[in-house]
Amino acid sequence: MKKLLLGNESVARGLYEAGVRFVSSYPGTPSTEITEFAATYPEIYAEWAPNEKVALEAALGAAVGGGRAFCGMKHVGLNVAADPLFVAGPTGVGAGMVIGVADDPGMHSSQNEQDSRHYAIAAKLPMVEPSNSAECKEFTKIAFELSETFDTPVLLRLTTRVSHSRSPVELGERVEKEIEPYVKDPGKHVMMPANAKKRHVVVEERLLKLAEYAETTPLNTVEDNGTKIGIVTAGNCLNYAKETFGKNASYLKLGLLNPLPTKLLLDFAAKHEKIIVIEELDPVIENHLRTLGIEVTGKDVLPLCDEYSEELLCARLLGEEPDYCEVGAAIPARPPVLCPGCPHRGVFYTLKKLGLRVSGDIGCYTLGAVPPLAAIDSVYCMGASISTLHGTEKVRGEEDKCVAVIGDSTFMHSGLTGLVNVVYNGGRSTTLILDNSITGMTGHQDNPLTGKTLMGEPAPNLCLEDICAALGVPREHIRAVDPNDLGALETAIKEEVAAPCPSVVICRRPCALLKSVKHNPPIQVNAEKCVGCRSCMRLGCPCISVVDKKAVIDQSMCVGCGLCAEMCKFGAL
Amino acid sequence: MAKNIMIVGVGGQGTLLASKILGKAAMDSGMDVKVSEVHGMSQRGGSVVTYVRVGDEVYSPVIGKGDADVILSFEVLEAARWLPNLKIGGTIVTSTQQINPMPVITGAAEYPPHLIDDIRALGVDIRAFDAMKIAEEAGSVRASNVALIGLAADVLGFELPVLRDAVAACVPQKALEINLKAFDLAVKLAAE
Repeated sequence: MKKLLLGNESVARGLYEAGVRFVSSYPGTPSTEITEFAATYPEIYAEWAPNEKVALEAALGAAVGGGRAFCGMKHVGLNVAADPLFVAGPTGVGAGMVIGVADDPGMHSSQNEQDSRHYAIAAKLPMVEPSNSAECKEFTKIAFELSETFDTPVLLRLTTRVSHSRSPVELGERVEKEIEPYVKDPGKHVMMPANAKKRHVVVEERLLKLAEYAETTPLNTVEDNGTKIGIVTAGNCLNYAKETFGKNASYLKLGLLNPLPTKLLLDFAAKHEKIIVIEELDPVIENHLRTLGIEVTGKDVLPLCDEYSEELLCARLLGEEPDYCEVGAAIPARPPVLCPGCPHRGVFYTLKKLGLRVSGDIGCYTLGAVPPLAAIDSVYCMGASISTLHGTEKVRGEEDKCVAVIGDSTFMHSGLTGLVNVVYNGGRSTTLILDNSITGMTGHQDNPLTGKTLMGEPAPNLCLEDICAALGVPREHIRAVDPNDLGALETAIKEEVAAPCPSVVICRRPCALLKSVKHNPPIQVNAEKCVGCRSCMRLGCPCISVVDKKAVIDQSMCVGCGLCAEMCKFGAL
Repeated sequence: MAKNIMIVGVGGQGTLLASKILGKAAMDSGMDVKVSEVHGMSQRGGSVVTYVRVGDEVYSPVIGKGDADVILSFEVLEAARWLPNLKIGGTIVTSTQQINPMPVITGAAEYPPHLIDDIRALGVDIRAFDAMKIAEEAGSVRASNVALIGLAADVLGFELPVLRDAVAACVPQKALEINLKAFDLAVKLAAE
């Protein structure tokens, strides 16, 4: 039976068919749905880990424990998980282990553009990359075979357009894999120098065998369309290449990205007058071809930045520009905004009002940087809000002028150690934990603070106040407030920022998009009382506009959170 | 048949469901298809676009400038934003709904007036309907996305019963009746 599956959904199907037993991941666009779909198969145990390092280690443990295992993450998640990644190569696995990593060329939902292929090279691990949903499933299954044949973790690289596009997939059956017997083997799994030295030799020998495999693997395919142009490509770039060149070029599509073949490429190059390498982000394939002495067209005409498209290839490689029309009027941008009723809105309004420097973090609340709130000074990576603020405060002082802002899930991911650092090193930072009871930006995943697991089981309700106290923040400087009570919020922030010790303000209100959240009726405007002062407009609420000097509230969007009414001094709302 | 269809709108308007329906209709018509979606940050009230490509063999999941046969638009400004992607001779079917983006709300920019007329003046086949009103008539404004599909039914290239069955297969069961009613009303209105 053929079904139209999202790339990520098809990877999950591959996990199911491959007999996978264990999945542990941390959500991250564009990888999240792999794990969500995996959790829908009763044969697979699936969980959200607090971060990607824990997820990868859990998956490694599961594989070493004898069950096929997977963990999935976005590209920056692999940075977090890099430590176990580099040691899992030397130890090898047991039952098969695959690590899914989704790169985001074009940065649809990311803080940087990063090419994960470098990790495969650096960690000396095989990496496969599918180009559509059907391959997502097939390559996932092949990756498990490779993992067991070569006793190594295998990286499955995806990109946004493959993860988040739907195409037809032929469904297969699950092949059950029994748990393999456990064998104690400290020489292989205790990575102290004496053992690790021997295992490094194993890694190098394995890489040679994999290089041999790369010459003949069915993952690498050739489509012969004559000798004029030969295109070497991988992943979704094949699709753009085919739309652009059709039958006017031959294609060598690399499904195995590491190690790259040598003879296969030399033969392909020898058969064609001109070789073009089409790969998004870094020139990994291109550099390999150049070291083989093959002359290529690649990054000399194609960009290092942003995602590719048929349009781009047509323009850069064929010199063809499309015909199109456009209106003369300037089209205003439509940036993403905090949702109506978002509990973060009051926080950023207050921080801006108090003129505080704000060290931000990764999540929906990054949108607190967008005008008119424009409250955030910096956003780097998961958990960096607390730790970077600590550094800034140590060199500048001014602890009473700045705060760190971090979400509940991000705090559990990598904020804990930053807070420990503040406490341990005598900092006096104020941290605002925005506890909206869910992992919001990636589309509502549970986390250790929500009291529920990925599989819908009840989980211990970890208490943020207790956690912060256990990390050493004085109890009297850990406060919880409702961020929609602007008065109480402002008082709490002012007092804690002034406190001569580490402090935490937990801004607690569930995400307005949660189904369990009951909304009030939309706010009405009393036009007679409204003087058109635009105070309500400072909230950056998408429901409010001013028409003919009177506030107007979009009744179809407003969820009645009441923040605007708190702003109005004239009782018009 | 080969069709490049873009569905454009504002995050939260239900563009994803619309693309699922078209993808299903393509599968059921025995065609190759690719549907490309946007997840994550831009869903939060930002400009969103999904691509549906149907044909004998489809490779690229996205549609570039001057390459869309049909643009299904949930919001007027978004129709204008994505107009450059329309093939010369293509069709835009748009809802007349207008949602102010943040730069307009804050007064930093203006929502251009008469956009539909401006687009029509370029010689573009643009068909504008009050999709929300049709959905409301059917029982819920949330069925606007399905109404829009009904309004565009004659240019999407699918057999009508196939499209209708795809709607039935993709919408939540409890909203089935309302959505089918919205679809039927829309098809009828578009034919008038």
